[in-house]
Amino acid sequence: MAAALRLEAVDPRRNAPLAFLTGLVGAALVFGAVQLANDPGLFLQTFMKSMGLGSTYALIALGFVLIFKATQTVNFAQGALAATGALFLSFLATDGNIPFTSVSNPINSLGGPGWMSWGLNVIVALAFAAAVGLVVERLAIRPMIGEPLFSVAVITLGLEIMFRVFNNDAVEVEFRPLGVPWLANGFKVGDRLINWSFIAAMVTAAAAFVAVYFFYRSRLGIAMRAVAFDQEAAMAQGVSVGRVFAIAWAAGAVLAAVGGIFATQPPVAQTLSVDQETANIAFRALPAVILGGLDSASGALLGGLIVGVAEIYAGQYAAGNVSWLGAGYPLIVPYIVMIIGLLIRPYGLFGTPEIRRV
Amino acid sequence: MLTVANLEVVYNEVILVLRGLSVEVPDGSIVALLGANGAGKTTAVRAITGLLDVHEGDITKGSVTWNGTDISHYKPSRIVEAGITQVMEGRRVFAELTVDENLSAGAFTVRDRKENTEAYERVMTLFPLLQSRRRDTAGYLSGGEQQMLAIGRALMAAPQLLILDEPSLGLAPMLIEQIRDIIVDINAGGVSVLLIEQNAMMALSIAHYGYVMESGKVVMDGEPKKLLADEDVQEFYLGLRAEGERRSFRDVKHYKRRKRWLS
Repeated sequence: MAAALRLEAVDPRRNAPLAFLTGLVGAALVFGAVQLANDPGLFLQTFMKSMGLGSTYALIALGFVLIFKATQTVNFAQGALAATGALFLSFLATDGNIPFTSVSNPINSLGGPGWMSWGLNVIVALAFAAAVGLVVERLAIRPMIGEPLFSVAVITLGLEIMFRVFNNDAVEVEFRPLGVPWLANGFKVGDRLINWSFIAAMVTAAAAFVAVYFFYRSRLGIAMRAVAFDQEAAMAQGVSVGRVFAIAWAAGAVLAAVGGIFATQPPVAQTLSVDQETANIAFRALPAVILGGLDSASGALLGGLIVGVAEIYAGQYAAGNVSWLGAGYPLIVPYIVMIIGLLIRPYGLFGTPEIRRV
Repeated sequence: MLTVANLEVVYNEVILVLRGLSVEVPDGSIVALLGANGAGKTTAVRAITGLLDVHEGDITKGSVTWNGTDISHYKPSRIVEAGITQVMEGRRVFAELTVDENLSAGAFTVRDRKENTEAYERVMTLFPLLQSRRRDTAGYLSGGEQQMLAIGRALMAAPQLLILDEPSLGLAPMLIEQIRDIIVDINAGGVSVLLIEQNAMMALSIAHYGYVMESGKVVMDGEPKKLLADEDVQEFYLGLRAEGERRSFRDVKHYKRRKRWLS
């Protein structure tokens, strides 16, 4: 007990995130101030871009967190689920058919403005994604309750490969447009273009986080947190663990699909289409999840934004000045940020430290 | 009425823990189930509440009957819906959730809003202490408060039978008395209570009937008066012996005494 108290008094981990953040934010502020004075338009554009990317990462990360918190499983299939959701949208909106049939999609003949039927298509595609999540949970995850978590993680990896094969088969080598109404358009600040997709990603991420905040305080959300904390005690209260798992997977798959839709738009990609690259969004967002802490929703948001800022700013400002880094290096910046973060806080910024006696 | 008849439970398909346990809890009464460590008390609770699966346990013989229906293969959630809730051993409150959230987790099976608020009011009148700590994280409550929260959580589903697994565990004598009075209060409200205890004095002081368990079955049962008067119960559970008598531990001969029970 005495040892524990002493440890707590000098515990460097309590101040580490603060120091880490202060250092990062301080350096960024100085650098940012210089750049802001230099070219305000470019700076603003870069900022909005980084927030757009960060929001996309945060959406994907939130999906990871929801599933991990409820089921203690890192869902490696998140990327393929993202691509699957986007693919459904492409089927509905661009092909104009109900997926896997030749029946034409009634939503497209509703009339009204284009963005309205597109929005309805998005909702239907997300419902499909939720259904896929439910089926995956029921067939592949539920039977594994109580089995080693490593086996479950490997199963999700297998699912990722399976879904990728299926998706790539449907995509082939083409690009499948999603019919995004704002295309790559935007508004101009000075002579710098700020894409509507940045704003859309931010608004969506904000809405998703508010929804999760309220969900966690609802009857089902409390049950989910109870299951996360102590599965057996939750069962003793009459909570159906299977239902909690199912809801977590459905919500995780929906968030993945939303992230997948944004993964086809600037700043993540320029094609506005699903292609074989789309599924990689989950691996690009993984540093955000790990940095924020696998079991914390606020960690997912902060992690996503930090990683997004680091990646975009590094790409924007360092690429021209440090030529030997090469053109693709912004992609590894998230991993560098993650490694630094993990060195300081091994369980992520907001993650629950796992206390284990060795 | 809860009837446990000839219950046999096996863990991992090899470890026989309950060997023909029979216990009855009549409506409206407090029944005490006593036993030393490893007697199978907690296993009995798990068997009744459907939590054996989590521990790779199986009921191989016998039955658990609740108001005439066999519930031995019900899921835990269905058993809670049927009106049996439990306070688990070691409290097991959700430490990361607030007091209010713990209580609403306990009310998961109650969908009716009105019933929910009624149950909440009942718990709050029973435990005024929780009222002032409603928004606090449950992990920061003291042991006694956590025990009260655990009992309150179990009451949120408005049970007809409340099973308490060692509610006195790790609490100060004064708190144990408080918990005891609360159990009497709950019972006065029409809830039957199955009280699993090692603290025989506390349990038998309020129970209407008592069972003593050893090695997975009941070795003695009867009115509390009869049990309290029993020489073996006195020695093994109450630590009493004839006054002024000096005795070496060599003379205690546990095994002989136990043998009498098991034969």
